[in-house]
Amino acid sequence: MSASAATGSSINRAGASTMGQSIAAAEVEAAPLLDIVDLHVEFGTLQRPVRAVDGIDLSIAPAEVVGLVGESGSGKSVTALALLDLVEAPGRVRAKRMVFGGRDLLTAPVDERRAIAGRDIAMIFQDPLASLDPCYTVGYQLDEALRLHGNERERASTSVRRDRALELLRHVEIADPRARLRAYPHQLSGGMAQRVMIATAIAGRPQLLIADEPTTALDVTVQAQVLALLMRLRSELRMAVLLITHDLAVVAETADRVIVMYAGQVMEMGPVPQLFETPRHPYTRALLDALPEHNVGRARLRTIRGVVPGAFDRPAGCLLAPRCEFATELCVAERPALAGDTTRAVRCHFPL
Amino acid sequence: MSESSRLLEARDLVRHYRLSKGFMRGTTVVRALDGVSFTLEHGRTLAVVGESGCGKSTLARQVTMIETPTAGELLLDGQDVAHADRALRARLRPQVQMVFQNPYASLNPRRTVGALLEEPLEIHRRGTRRERRDRALAMMDKVGLRREHYGRYPHMFSGGQRQRIAVARALMLDPRLVVADEPTSALDVSIQAQVLNLLLDLQQEFGIAYLFIAHNLQVVRHIADAVLVMYLGKAVEQGQKEAIFARPLHPYTQALFASTPKLGRSRRAAGATAPSEPPSPLDTISGCAFRTRCPRAIDRCVVDVPAPRRIGALTVACHRADE
Repeated sequence: MSASAATGSSINRAGASTMGQSIAAAEVEAAPLLDIVDLHVEFGTLQRPVRAVDGIDLSIAPAEVVGLVGESGSGKSVTALALLDLVEAPGRVRAKRMVFGGRDLLTAPVDERRAIAGRDIAMIFQDPLASLDPCYTVGYQLDEALRLHGNERERASTSVRRDRALELLRHVEIADPRARLRAYPHQLSGGMAQRVMIATAIAGRPQLLIADEPTTALDVTVQAQVLALLMRLRSELRMAVLLITHDLAVVAETADRVIVMYAGQVMEMGPVPQLFETPRHPYTRALLDALPEHNVGRARLRTIRGVVPGAFDRPAGCLLAPRCEFATELCVAERPALAGDTTRAVRCHFPL
Repeated sequence: MSESSRLLEARDLVRHYRLSKGFMRGTTVVRALDGVSFTLEHGRTLAVVGESGCGKSTLARQVTMIETPTAGELLLDGQDVAHADRALRARLRPQVQMVFQNPYASLNPRRTVGALLEEPLEIHRRGTRRERRDRALAMMDKVGLRREHYGRYPHMFSGGQRQRIAVARALMLDPRLVVADEPTSALDVSIQAQVLNLLLDLQQEFGIAYLFIAHNLQVVRHIADAVLVMYLGKAVEQGQKEAIFARPLHPYTQALFASTPKLGRSRRAAGATAPSEPPSPLDTISGCAFRTRCPRAIDRCVVDVPAPRRIGALTVACHRADE
């Protein structure tokens, strides 16, 4: 898997385009925007490390939407934080390879990494009202983002920044942007606050937007609007999106490709909708089977027995073995490798 | 439906709040619940669906008798809760219990599971210490907790197990109605399935009715017998689950359905959703409250408040529902 990761996204894009998705021919040839191989994030002591992320590979093509799904504690958000160099000591990050836009993040000096984080890789979070500073106006916070991450003209001139702030608010479909510049976060609704967050995130013209549960706190009609906005920005700005969520249906509707994580490892990855239609890993299948919409006519929902392994009781074999209905002695004894090609891969001794 | 099968009946239930507009600016009235009628039968589940500010939680506060409705009737087993005196309300309260959304916030972190479960019995002075303990242990068994969990604290449990504790606590007083306010929306998919199964098992065993507040329509479809869709304090559509899911008639219900993400569908194929966001309950909108976001609004919707009327198997408050 990791040996061919560099060419991974191109194969995948070619596969995706036959599914009727709009991908320009030039993109198929393009090198991946982001290429991470064997990423580990550990917390705790060296003697008893807590493995939050346990060797994941992640590659994202330009303008691609990748869904990263998994239950709480599966390592989705920590992966994103590692990418932005936001894992604080005593957390430890290591990887075999971590390249973004041709730049090696592992060897880049601290100030270069800091310049990339926030500008070239931007991030939005679940609760927009907690992410915006309550003491400053929307206009000030947009101006700040432009001062730090804008282009040369924007960094030099207040009036250029002001015009661009208005343009950004119009871009995220906020009505009456002039009035909104003077508003404080508490005067915004949840949906509007998330739009403002998106505006500050795209201020630096990022090539990759990490969206960590961006619509979980929103009402369904507003969720639909925000997802539609993200998809529009992705094609207009040619911006890749890493969509982190636990909502499989959201991913099914928006992502080109899905990565299913469990307890810090990738269990399965593949393009949408194949991964949802024919899951090959028992975990993916069990997650889908637990959804009410896949239990129509049943009195009881199908569940996954047991709970996610804790920090210190990680199984030696397959991480899912204690909860898997198909587990054998081999599964308990030996951890399977992520096998398959770059379009579709599964970590299971006995894939479905 | 006969009178005797009704556990809960709301007739034109109203709850208004007075709110200060600011220093020396007088007050304004928030119509959080503005004339809602519905019935819930014994041992059945009524799901209440709607977005923030629609009055779901206000409704829960009236039904659980935490607040007194401004007007209208709320009948629990034929007894009017809205106009009951303190003594009657105190007698009725144990019959209605509540399960909250976030089990990380709804359980006192300083009390053990045993103490949490026995507290409702202590408050209502039921049983001896020993009987309360036996009852707590029996209930733990029912909801799938082990005996050794009795002396443990909430922080030692996962989210799903905490929600089991919350459900067990709600059932300690043998309620006939449990108000569940988004009980699974803070949980992971696999855990959500376990908790929903538990709720359905307990309903079968004890004949409890649920007033199930939710925004996940797939969950509603699984668990509910009937559905009540609310928008800005009003019931815009209600009816049996099968009818409402087969063909919703109100444009708002249709927008909710279209907005709900589905597996096996691309976003582009999702169809029309409602534009903008739900207005603040502070805004007064003439005519139909949904008209500001409704794709089918006509002049009449600005002037006339649509009255709920029966169309087929559903009750709908929309001028154009039968077109």
